[in-house]
Amino acid sequence: MKFDPAQLLHLVVGDPQADRVVPPSGFTAKLTLFSAGVMAFLAVFALALSLASGRLAARWSDELSRSATLRISAPSDQIAAQTAAALRVLDTTAGVASARGLTAEEQRALLEPWFGPDMPVDTLPIPQLIEIIEDDNGYDPQGLRHRLAAEVPGAVLDDHTRWRRPLVGAASRLKTLGWLSIGLIFAAMAAMITLAANAALAANAQVIQVLRLVGARDIYIARAFVRRFTLRALTGAFIGTTAGLVAVALLPSAQEAGGFLTGLGFAGVHWLWPLVIPPLAAVVAFVATRAAAQTTLKGLR
Amino acid sequence: MIELENVAYSYGGGELLSSITLALQPGSFHFLTGPSGAGKTTFLKLCYGALVPTSGHARLFGADVRGMSRDDIALARRRVGVVHQDVQFLDHLPVADNVALPLTVSGRSSIDEGANLKELLTWVGLTERADALPPELSGGERQRAALARAVIMSPDVILADEPTGNVDWEMSQRLLTLLIELNRMGKTIMIATHDLGLIRAAKSHVQARVLRISNRQLHLAGADL
Repeated sequence: MKFDPAQLLHLVVGDPQADRVVPPSGFTAKLTLFSAGVMAFLAVFALALSLASGRLAARWSDELSRSATLRISAPSDQIAAQTAAALRVLDTTAGVASARGLTAEEQRALLEPWFGPDMPVDTLPIPQLIEIIEDDNGYDPQGLRHRLAAEVPGAVLDDHTRWRRPLVGAASRLKTLGWLSIGLIFAAMAAMITLAANAALAANAQVIQVLRLVGARDIYIARAFVRRFTLRALTGAFIGTTAGLVAVALLPSAQEAGGFLTGLGFAGVHWLWPLVIPPLAAVVAFVATRAAAQTTLKGLR
Repeated sequence: MIELENVAYSYGGGELLSSITLALQPGSFHFLTGPSGAGKTTFLKLCYGALVPTSGHARLFGADVRGMSRDDIALARRRVGVVHQDVQFLDHLPVADNVALPLTVSGRSSIDEGANLKELLTWVGLTERADALPPELSGGERQRAALARAVIMSPDVILADEPTGNVDWEMSQRLLTLLIELNRMGKTIMIATHDLGLIRAAKSHVQARVLRISNRQLHLAGADL
């Protein structure tokens, strides 16, 4: 018995006659529905986590790798000369699209969050910052450092990789963890449905025996069980996914200074991703119940 | 239609049946008798593919049971009606649905067979009880419902295991009459029973052969019964 999408459709449409041969079961049905719902709810969050950290990693590595900063620390009378020298070097460096010294106002704005607006920043010996924007090919940071060391002794090149790498690494790790969680959630759902299906098959041993005796084929018997569990998982997962989506939508939206946590959620077409959860749950239930039914039936003649 | 050739069967320990050879001819009427535990039920199970012989060959409608797939067995069972001593039904469905179950599982619409079903229930005298649930039936009613279920597909062979085990004499006569009628319609009948009175009662109505299991062997019993 192989998996076949057409068969799955036929299963959902159903055969009311076949459905009646297995007695209705109230309690286990509700439990299956509940577990599928909870798992789908959790899957929505794991999915949100994966997609959000994926976005974050992409943004960080993209924005940060496009720019670098050159810091010039020198006695105040030499700063202007060294800045001019550094800009000359940068202008002739392959891979640098543009380089620009930050104005005093821009530098003050950068420092304001730390020192407050009233601090007389002008009187402090602040290094001059030069913003470097790379072109698509990028430049060779090592070569640039050597040239700067020779011509501009007070220059320190910060290409951001030092603190970018761990952040991007953490975000991608988080993304992997999210996908792993989704995998585990579906595996746990399969395990629970298998247990529930086995319980149902055991409870209906007499029904199965009678059906075999009167000439029912395995597929007919299996279908009666598989259909139920598939529909329950589908319904439960649908409810759970809807609840999860509502919960994610109600999270505070991402803000400019929001950092990571408030960014948890879906963006644009990513909202469509959770819709995959209910059908996937149905497929998992279908395969799990079918395997359980086959194992049970093989034990009978 | 059902052939056993040098068949032996053992349950783990010793052999219960050995070197049994028998071919059921169409339209024949057999009684199977022997002491309790002699292997009557096992013999019947070999006849409808519920057990595979430990050695020898059992053939159902020409196919060796050993080589049949599970679906083949299911299809063969549609041509063999079985009545168990402890009849089992789907307890949540009314009698009429239980009797029609073989039609349901074989995908034949019960609507077309509705008249057929009604006739059958009348024949076994269960018209009044058609909507009852199986646990509400008496022993005799259960046996008759089982017989109706066994014949609804119009099988070639009917195997009955102690069909009169749990019912009184009058009811056993009614069941016997039903089975004799089926035999007159051309069905092959095999009844396992240790009720010699039943066998004697049948002999005046039908050409029945009596098989006896003793010492693991199948014997054709003499005319002295």
